[in-house]
Amino acid sequence: MSIVLAATAAALFGVGTYLVLQRKLSRVIIGLGLLTHGANVLMITAGRRGDAPLIDPDDPRSASQFADPLPQALALTAIVISFGVTALLLALAYRSWLLSSDDEIHDIASSDEGAAAAEAIHLETTQAAHAAVAAEIAAAALDKAAELAEAADAGADADDDGGGGAHEGPEAPR
Amino acid sequence: MTRLLPLPILLPLIAAALSILTGRSRRVQRIIALTTLTANVAASVAILVAVDTEGTKAIQAGGWPAPIGISLVADRLSALLLVVATSMLLAVLVYAIGQPGAERNHVGFQSVYLLLAAGVSAAFLTGDLFNLFVAIEMMLTASYVLITLGGRLDQVRAGMTYVVISLLASTLFMATLAYVYAATGTMNMADLSQKVPELPVGTRTALAVMMLVVFGIKAALVPLHFWLPDAYPTAPSPVTAIFAGLLTKVGIYAIVRTQTLLFDPGDLPLGLLLVVAAVTMVVGVVGAIAQHDVRRILSFSIVGQIGYMIVGVGLFDLAGMTAVILSLVHHIVVKTALFLTGGLIEHHGGSTRLERLGGMMRTAPVIAVLFLVPALALSGVPPLSGFPAKFTMMAASVTRDEWWILAVMIVVSVLTLISMMKIWVNVFWAPATEGDGVPPSRDKWSAGPALMVVPTALLVTATIMIGVFAGPISGMAERAAADLLDTNSYVDAVVNSEGVG
Repeated sequence: MSIVLAATAAALFGVGTYLVLQRKLSRVIIGLGLLTHGANVLMITAGRRGDAPLIDPDDPRSASQFADPLPQALALTAIVISFGVTALLLALAYRSWLLSSDDEIHDIASSDEGAAAAEAIHLETTQAAHAAVAAEIAAAALDKAAELAEAADAGADADDDGGGGAHEGPEAPR
Repeated sequence: MTRLLPLPILLPLIAAALSILTGRSRRVQRIIALTTLTANVAASVAILVAVDTEGTKAIQAGGWPAPIGISLVADRLSALLLVVATSMLLAVLVYAIGQPGAERNHVGFQSVYLLLAAGVSAAFLTGDLFNLFVAIEMMLTASYVLITLGGRLDQVRAGMTYVVISLLASTLFMATLAYVYAATGTMNMADLSQKVPELPVGTRTALAVMMLVVFGIKAALVPLHFWLPDAYPTAPSPVTAIFAGLLTKVGIYAIVRTQTLLFDPGDLPLGLLLVVAAVTMVVGVVGAIAQHDVRRILSFSIVGQIGYMIVGVGLFDLAGMTAVILSLVHHIVVKTALFLTGGLIEHHGGSTRLERLGGMMRTAPVIAVLFLVPALALSGVPPLSGFPAKFTMMAASVTRDEWWILAVMIVVSVLTLISMMKIWVNVFWAPATEGDGVPPSRDKWSAGPALMVVPTALLVTATIMIGVFAGPISGMAERAAADLLDTNSYVDAVVNSEGVG
């Protein structure tokens, strides 16, 4: 049993590592999910195996035969944490897709040209913060309008194309 | 007195929840956050005073006895760092409120910032390895949100790298915890410090090195540093300042705490650690000199300074640990001050690119002073805070006959000065560039909004004060280092602590 768990952890780590090394963002996120599961399985194998952790007061052996509940509790905590972070990563990936309409991980601005390019966008928010706020409000209004238009489109298309509403997503995270 | 211990964690958590509920009123949110962080500073100071006079304090949250319950422990190191960290959090919050930008445009800023505060406090106070994981996760999750505030494309891209690297490190941490639990059957650090020495030496070394790698990613040790200079500069300047001041330092704290408490010097490849420290210093400072952007220079120099602290861990003796603690205190304050000044430069000049800035010696002499003092302190010029830290570290390496690391430290100090002077010459002395910069028509003696200038000025004063009061602070650092190397006081405090139901 422990061998099976160890092999599972190893396989999860292996596949996860392979996926994390890919260029596509979606694969990286799935890879991270697999890696965290691998770590959780490893955590489960760290504890003592045995019966369900309920102690029968009449059976003196049961106190020493139940499974160690602590690693299970720790793994549960870790699952919740990795769930939250994965959700955030998916939101970021969606945002990245909205902004650049691709799923690739780009080389980030490690060079000066890259930094200069980033700077061009950056200026807007810092030099004229108020203008940026105004722009943001305008952008939000445009988004809303686009959304409404899309919803209207989807309604119109619903008769001949059932999947017309599929493009409607939740509003981009701000 | 021990009942104060949970406060620095509980207060910001409660306040974060309240802050979400009062999201409609920016004023109420600000009052909540400022009051909470002020109370946090007060509680931390009270804890530090109590711990320094009466010795290590511990409390068992939940009321279960020591190895089972969740221990919160404050010894001199954690109490000292807690005071410095909470003060930074308060100062940067005031700055963020004063700055047009992140805090004003995002409803969630205050509550996420408070969560970050709770995570940092929890990381310093926890006495349980798994809770250290949870605390670091809490801090990091808040930082993921803060670093991508605004959602610009460059932020999302840099933030993505940051999140992926951090999540990988957390996964490795989880695997390490599994190995630790499999080997010892406990997660309580005081309990671990008694059980780890019974393990075979190979297992001990494996665990020690795994923890070093995990916390090395958080602390940005070379070769695990590459995410930092790309991720940090994209965030709003108060956010970058608090990240630069605190997040990597939590990694260093975790390295110091786990290596001193759980392992013996014999378990560690200390020679290798010194080499890593030297490479980290050189890569960080050379990288800093190669950049042409204020924020990127400052971000790279974080890596360089992290190297100094690892020298002390590599020496692993009283003088070395004292120097690590001094460097931690010095670096948290100075780096935060430098990034806040970077924000002022950006506010005044409209850019952080060196070639777009210039002439600020004439147009903004106040910012020039606010930059020069921490920049000199960072390079270790005498009356300022960097000098006692670097001098203690160099003295420690001389007593151990590690002359080569002394040579590296001196060269890197000079290079740090050069990297800071690169900013100085380009931003303040160079003739003003046409076009992009703000016309120098505004009042010469105003450096920016008062709420941005005052916290920065206070931190700059603090770096001078740390240098002036180097004696008492070194004394405390030395007592803290002695606590670290003699693990009995820590273990006794945890075993004999009272529970709180």
